[in-house]
Amino acid sequence: MIAAWHVDVAIIGGGTAGCSAALALRKRGLTVALFERRTVGSQASGVNYGGVRQQGRHPAELPLSRRSREIWPRLPDIIGDDCEFAATGHLKLARTEAQMADLEAFAAFAAEHGLEIRMMGANALADAYPGMVSGVVGGSLCPSDGQANPRLVAPAFARAAARAGAEIHEHEAVTGVARDAAGFRLETDRGGRFTAGSLINVAGAWADRVAKWFGERAPIQAMAPNMMVSEPVPYRLPVNIGVCGAGLYVRQIPRGNLIFGGGKGWADRHRMVARPMADVSYSASARLAETLPWAADATVIRSWSGIEGYFEDEIPVIGPSTTTPGLVHAFGFSGHGFQLGPAIGEIVTELVVDGRTSTPIDAFSISRFQHAGHRAA
Amino acid sequence: MTTPAEGGQLRRLGEWDRPSIRISIDGADCDALEGDVLLSALLLAGRRVRDSEFGDGPRAGFCWMGACQDCWVWLSDGRRVRACTTPVEPKMAVLTRAGETVVG
Amino acid sequence: MVERVVIVGAGPAGVRAAQTLAAAGLRPTLLDEAPATGGQIYRRQPAPFRRPYKTLYGFDAAKARQVHTAFDGLDGAVDHRARTLVWSLEGQRLCLMHEGGTENLSFDRLILATGAMDRVIPLPGWTLPGVYTLGGAQVALKHQACAIGERTCFVGSSPLLPYVAYQYARAGAGVAGIIDTTPRADKLRALPDLLAAAGTGAKGLYYMGWLASRGLRYRHAGIPIRIEGESHVTGVVVRMAGGRERHIACDAVAIGYGLKCEHQLADLAGCDFRFDSSNRQWVVAQDGVGRTSVAGIYVAGDGAVIRGADAAELAGERAALTVLEDIGRPVDRARVQKIDRRIAGIDRFRRGLETAFAYPHHLARDMADHVILCRCEAVTAGEVRHAVTQLGAHDINRAKAFCRVGMGRCQGRVCGPAAAEVIAGALQRPIEAAGRLRGQAPIKPVPISALADAAADLTVAA
Repeated sequence: MIAAWHVDVAIIGGGTAGCSAALALRKRGLTVALFERRTVGSQASGVNYGGVRQQGRHPAELPLSRRSREIWPRLPDIIGDDCEFAATGHLKLARTEAQMADLEAFAAFAAEHGLEIRMMGANALADAYPGMVSGVVGGSLCPSDGQANPRLVAPAFARAAARAGAEIHEHEAVTGVARDAAGFRLETDRGGRFTAGSLINVAGAWADRVAKWFGERAPIQAMAPNMMVSEPVPYRLPVNIGVCGAGLYVRQIPRGNLIFGGGKGWADRHRMVARPMADVSYSASARLAETLPWAADATVIRSWSGIEGYFEDEIPVIGPSTTTPGLVHAFGFSGHGFQLGPAIGEIVTELVVDGRTSTPIDAFSISRFQHAGHRAA
Repeated sequence: MTTPAEGGQLRRLGEWDRPSIRISIDGADCDALEGDVLLSALLLAGRRVRDSEFGDGPRAGFCWMGACQDCWVWLSDGRRVRACTTPVEPKMAVLTRAGETVVG
Repeated sequence: MVERVVIVGAGPAGVRAAQTLAAAGLRPTLLDEAPATGGQIYRRQPAPFRRPYKTLYGFDAAKARQVHTAFDGLDGAVDHRARTLVWSLEGQRLCLMHEGGTENLSFDRLILATGAMDRVIPLPGWTLPGVYTLGGAQVALKHQACAIGERTCFVGSSPLLPYVAYQYARAGAGVAGIIDTTPRADKLRALPDLLAAAGTGAKGLYYMGWLASRGLRYRHAGIPIRIEGESHVTGVVVRMAGGRERHIACDAVAIGYGLKCEHQLADLAGCDFRFDSSNRQWVVAQDGVGRTSVAGIYVAGDGAVIRGADAAELAGERAALTVLEDIGRPVDRARVQKIDRRIAGIDRFRRGLETAFAYPHHLARDMADHVILCRCEAVTAGEVRHAVTQLGAHDINRAKAFCRVGMGRCQGRVCGPAAAEVIAGALQRPIEAAGRLRGQAPIKPVPISALADAAADLTVAA
């Protein structure tokens, strides 16, 4: 029998969370092996919209989001790639006065956390973005938000981690993990055997399986964003836009393409397939044509989807296992994890190395799903 | 009857006996013939159909069969049309550059 | 229950499939982007044009007329929807765009007869105005009675090369040169297979002979180095068989290296693909009589296997007979056997063509770093190699994600084969290791406004 290879930390899942964890752990001097059954960043981390947004976060997520925002502009130094991050601002548009009131409430909450959000009425919008948006009563602008290219981020973290000495195992799935006195024993579908002192579960929409190995319940569902991109048209939209009600989000990159989405596509996480749906594309296109009439003539040249892990309460699981020392979870970002990804690596590294993190994460404990009648099946 | 304009890319080799159709290209009047597709009209009048969005120069279509997507132009109402598969129609106003469309 | 059979593509394969299904009493729906049936090979000229079949289709005039007549005779037996783009496929329904609006169409069985386009190998200057595919040059002549320039240089390795050059010369267009990248020795080697299909094989020889008799030299083993010009083509530089570089003055270049299948809809349907090493391209896996790996989805014609128009007609009929078999209708066994025999005969001829007009894939693999490889997104070969060697892209879809090769309006139809060669070269692996670009809806650009209109329809329906 071949002896198992030992690392300090094993990571299951090659999204931005896992890849940023691999890098952060190496920086603390730990040995790391990351396992990704496909290629790094091929699901939620790579197929999302690319919004780098603090505005509109669940209140519990804001400190985490603030921390991650500090990392984004430093990506060139950290991973040698800016991942096309640009602090373009994020403009949330309200179609009703009630939505406007919600935006105002969030702006007040954000101010308590030191996050500037500017309310804009219809006239202010018309002045700042002449001829740009229609059918809205106002909006709120978070100038420090922005956008980035999701296809680049996880792979760039993985390359940086590999350069720093982490083992990145792509096309290698962890098929089972056992815990004994020596730590975690992992087996992979390529016959790999590894032991690890700690285990990080960042397996996205498939992380519930890992949790279940350790008797923890995580009622995750698969969610597929319904994404489209237009042909390049003259650059005109300087800000990342979201419309209240989640029917539309749209940004334009300097090359000219409009990237937009809204609604949900179709996903089967067991077969690992997801695709956009025409009927959903119709609705998102209609909402785009209403909101940005000048863009309606542009052609859509591609649509795509992928699988994101989703919880009904729309916040992730982040934190130590409630059953197993040495196991740390971070998954289920429910469609808004892209911006958080770079900070997740630092936070799980702190949990593994220091046993605590300075960022409040109590709301994200997996314990919230372990009530009576909620035991792992 | 139309003769190949000076500097046009294409050469008509026959089928002259068709009704003339007046269109405009970037505001300039141009006489095409019924049955011409826009790509022909554009390339009988000149050698350029559009510009690459990425600064590498003019383009003038490539495949003529709706596959390469390299001949999309604008109509003056903003509509996008693929020149090689769009027949000319009377009063069609073609624009070969973005951002010159008549808004609203 | 009457099966709803839909055929995509109204070329020789699609028309024969429609005819066969109509004869069995079904009323198939035939979808095509073009205003009239015929496909690319038998494309009809617009209404006001008057040239006779012989002028348009040469030796193939009778065949073209038969395909056109076959369809025209069907009258109301086929639901023909012209100027209709099928831009997506979801399960048992198609998404269509027609006259600026979109709608969905359900089917029980689907025959994809989506045809082919030229395969190209980018070279410096290939995005200049005046450079067209060989097929494109032919469409300009056949469909518009235009030559692509005053003096055209024909370059590549394709059965279309002598044919289109001949058609141009015959129509009175200027021919600046005919450069075939395949050595003459390969042509001779292929002769026995080519002549197996007596009439068809002889045509190519006739074109070359005709050109030679007009003083238009057909040059073998020439390698195009670059196309010159600032704002349009002014010439092409070719390395001749002896190694000498030669400048050919011209204002147009027609280039092509055989054909490649248009199979994006089969991809969206989830059909399995296989790599066909004989002409270095991915094709839809099928059982030889049209069935793909997905129940109810069939393929026929050049969209399935590059075999030319004669085989496409047969394969279209054969796929329709397979559909009839699968829905329990009686079929003429003798006819089935005859079709299968004739297709097998054409296969031998095709092997000959692959030799006579070899695909010089090394030209793609060795492309200089500065050459624009993806013309939609203006991505150079060097950027693609960087994505492979520096960013770790291990296949063409990953390279696309990293550097946008094949990500533009055409979705890699044009650059895909050459990009795969560049990537395989950078990986130092066989071409199939570079993988296959995934198709994504919409398979051709669809205006946002057209999609938005469909949403309004949904609301009304609800």
